[in-house]
Amino acid sequence: MRPVARRATPTSGRLGPRPGEVIDRARPLRFTFDGRPYLAYEGDTIVSALLAAGESVFSRSFKYHRPRGVLSATFFDPNCTVQVGEEPNVRGAHRRVRNGDVVSAQNVWPSLRYDVKAANQAVGRFLSAGFYYKTFIKPEPLWPAYQQVLKRFAAGGVVGADDPHGYYDHRYAHVDVVVAGGGPAGIAAALGAAEAGAAVLLVEEEPHLGGHLRYGGPEALRLLGELRQELADAKGIEVLTDSVATGRYDGNWIAVHQRSVPGATERLVKVRAGALVVAAGLIERPYVFAGNDLPGVMLSTAAARLVNLYAVRPGTRAVVLSANAEGDAVAALLAAAGVEVAATLDARRAETVVAARGHGHLSSVETSQGRVVEADLLVTATGWTAPTSLLNMAGVRPTYDEAAARFVVGAEPSPGVFATGGLVGDASPEGLVAHGRAVGARAAAAAGCGKGAVLPELSPGPHPALFRSTTHGFVDYSEDVSSKDVFQAAAEGYDSPELAKRYTTATMGPSQGKLELVNFLGVLAEATGRSIGELGTTTWRPPYAPVSLGALAGRPHEPVRYSPIQPYHEAMGAKPLVAAQWIRPDHYGDPDAEVRRVREAVGLIDVTPLGKLLLVGKDTPALLNQLYVNKWSALRVGAVRYGVMCAEDGVVFDDGVCGRLGEDRYLMSTTSSGAGAVWEWVERWLQTAGRHLDVYVTPLTTAYASINVAGPASRTLLSRLVEGVDLAPEAFPYMAVREGSVAGVERCVLWRIGFTGELSYELHVPAGYGLFVWESLLDAGSDLGVGPFGIEAQRIMRLEKGHLIVGQDTDGLTQALGAGLDWLVKLDKADFVGKPELVWQANREDYDRLVALVPTDERTVPPEASQLLGIDGDIVGRITSSRHSPTLRHPICLARLAHHLATPGTVVRIHLPDGRDVPARVAETLAAYDSEGVKLRA
Amino acid sequence: MIQIPCPYCGLRNANEFASTGEVKPRPDVATATPAVWRAYLYDHRNPEGLVTEGWYHRAGCRKFLVVERHTQTNEIRSARPAGVAS
Ligand SMILES: [Zn+2]
Repeated sequence: MRPVARRATPTSGRLGPRPGEVIDRARPLRFTFDGRPYLAYEGDTIVSALLAAGESVFSRSFKYHRPRGVLSATFFDPNCTVQVGEEPNVRGAHRRVRNGDVVSAQNVWPSLRYDVKAANQAVGRFLSAGFYYKTFIKPEPLWPAYQQVLKRFAAGGVVGADDPHGYYDHRYAHVDVVVAGGGPAGIAAALGAAEAGAAVLLVEEEPHLGGHLRYGGPEALRLLGELRQELADAKGIEVLTDSVATGRYDGNWIAVHQRSVPGATERLVKVRAGALVVAAGLIERPYVFAGNDLPGVMLSTAAARLVNLYAVRPGTRAVVLSANAEGDAVAALLAAAGVEVAATLDARRAETVVAARGHGHLSSVETSQGRVVEADLLVTATGWTAPTSLLNMAGVRPTYDEAAARFVVGAEPSPGVFATGGLVGDASPEGLVAHGRAVGARAAAAAGCGKGAVLPELSPGPHPALFRSTTHGFVDYSEDVSSKDVFQAAAEGYDSPELAKRYTTATMGPSQGKLELVNFLGVLAEATGRSIGELGTTTWRPPYAPVSLGALAGRPHEPVRYSPIQPYHEAMGAKPLVAAQWIRPDHYGDPDAEVRRVREAVGLIDVTPLGKLLLVGKDTPALLNQLYVNKWSALRVGAVRYGVMCAEDGVVFDDGVCGRLGEDRYLMSTTSSGAGAVWEWVERWLQTAGRHLDVYVTPLTTAYASINVAGPASRTLLSRLVEGVDLAPEAFPYMAVREGSVAGVERCVLWRIGFTGELSYELHVPAGYGLFVWESLLDAGSDLGVGPFGIEAQRIMRLEKGHLIVGQDTDGLTQALGAGLDWLVKLDKADFVGKPELVWQANREDYDRLVALVPTDERTVPPEASQLLGIDGDIVGRITSSRHSPTLRHPICLARLAHHLATPGTVVRIHLPDGRDVPARVAETLAAYDSEGVKLRA
Repeated sequence: MIQIPCPYCGLRNANEFASTGEVKPRPDVATATPAVWRAYLYDHRNPEGLVTEGWYHRAGCRKFLVVERHTQTNEIRSARPAGVAS
């Protein structure tokens, strides 16, 4: 393959001033493209500026790396995707040049001009239809290599790991009518709706309103001027330009992607509208023939846009293939702009292009009359595609109109959903405006504003059905799919649109079928001998246009929760642990030392995130009996009980304690992560099956700061600060609750429980005093050796004590008896959530058990999730928790283990990630530390 | 996004709610066979047509609602507080 040479005489260049031009010649800008400096004017797109400077190749194609130039000169131009600075996949025919932009071509290696991958053209047969399926299947060991090759070759820009995150915004809008498309019909629809008193959001993809009027003749510009004036005078219309309605969802919930917003990179507007008017206009369809992707071959609308909007001459010597009045007008426009029109082929008289030829750029056109015409520009005007996506998303099924050679819809295809403009039919600009205005009024009426209007007639005019010439060419430019591939797919049996689409990947590239779909269907119809109407079409899904991930994400709105004691943790340099929404201290430097402090003296842990629910009402025991697996009717005032909740499938859902504070007052605690779910669970029962129960629920999780004071010296420490509570062991025993004051703070709840296995008290202190009480405890206990401990030390100690953590030592299949909770589950209760499943579980043996495992190799702490192996090497369980115990000086584990091996003394093998197997013995009890519970009850 | 007419809060976006699934009577725990109980847990009719389902207004009034919804059109026929006869 010859490299593409830099052309001595540019085929394109800048024209003199045009009446509708959008460039500001008084404001020149500088930018670079692939390292070379270029000039642009304010208002230029990257591509218009490069064309004005004589460039004509902007990308390399996806598979064959063919040089590609401008095709449609719109956002959806498949050949103009570039990288701008840190931003990949920028639509170069849409994006306005900003001063200092650093633009580079994508999918080129090593450069746009010398592209070694263009050698793919020589091996095209390997990349034809279905090549993904055929080529990269075998041998399997080569899959990783294939992946590397494909990544290297695939189109796409570069995202740097350190690129700054832009400011992306979200907005909610509530309007009566959204109008998608700001051409003549769309502007008129907005005006018609606003006249009826509707609040209107008018969304236009281009930076300016006007649609095809913008690049039309003087009459079109005059009409556009009038519409703009009317719009400026109208009340109740908000216009978003450079924005696109990307999706329509149930209830006219519409996503609008705003690409340029003052003060933000982009914005996603989520709109709830009473009615939607789709006025998307028509997209010009390319024509399929040999060489139809050469730079210099473009659509008639592209030529009109370049000349009239950007004053760019797209070539010097042109051939025009026209099947419609718009194409004829472009031929005249080019001639008037100084382009020599060497030949005009009238497709209505069966004149056509057989092939376009050239190396790296068009140099000649072979016509159906057998002529070869030298030209550097070939303009085609062979028909239109109706971009009905938003309507399809609303459940509308457009019909294919054979005579018009395009899909069409009615003006009111679905309740609350309207269409106008080219999607509905053809008319003069004035005719489109009249239709749009009436549709706008009717949409307003559907949204409850005004009385509507009489709809004028609008229907499509006849147009020749032109998809493919006598030669094969590209059907899908983004995906490098040719008409030959479509024929091949049909021959191999992929003869329906949905199958052939996936097999060839046609319409699956970045432009998502907007240019390609109807040609794809036309060629498939030809290949299968059916009509497009018979074939049907593929499904249009959101988004209509690509949306950046940044716009979807918006600003970070992740709420984070801190305990009131956080200033202390921060001052102490605690290592933060993210636990759902909470940021908690993992440790303060040395977790083992924190364990020793609690085991030998006294420590404090901040357990504020524990869920806390106040339950008030005489039927609270009935509620507790229903939600917990154990019994609550006999709980005395001042007592605390451990409880486990299961779901209706018997699977352990949450655990915690609940204490009876007074006659009808209970305080329930939940796990930290389960706080929200348990609250909902309680509410659900009280609002449904338990409506008759007299129980009121108040969530107090963040109303209290919670501090666990643990260690043999905890009673001594508390005796210095607690008033109103007798701390003597007989007066305040294990599993009791008292209310009193701590450090002068009244209305604190104290319960005597022990997750760590030591004598300990859990204090629930009004949150505003949390830090004060914490610091008071530290001050009062300095001679006792008091200090803080974090989550890690707590996890070690609870593991030494064999206390399970729901979700860590249980999983989504663990029913209560498989969590070592046999002693707790009371099957003699008449009912509780999950009871039937637990009854059946109790009648079988085959469920995994929770066991404590002691590895015989004292130096190896098997990682959590390590597999357990049986005699035959079969998997018999896994480690759920493991640590080195600083107290016992050997590794300790909890594990889920097959029932037949769960007997104490059984030896199993732990399979380590490094491949070694180490033996471990099933322990007598879950608790390795103080299994009798003497310390807890001290 | 569909909207649910909460009897307490008015017409609100569905993403303020959590779906709790099709409303089904809880079998009698004393007599339910495993087949009956597991059908209650895991079998969902999912008809093309009207379903009666639970929605919890999590980001609103925190009420559990019973909603009649058409699965094909998403038309909502009624929405009432759970536990209250229609
Ligand atoms: Zn509500």
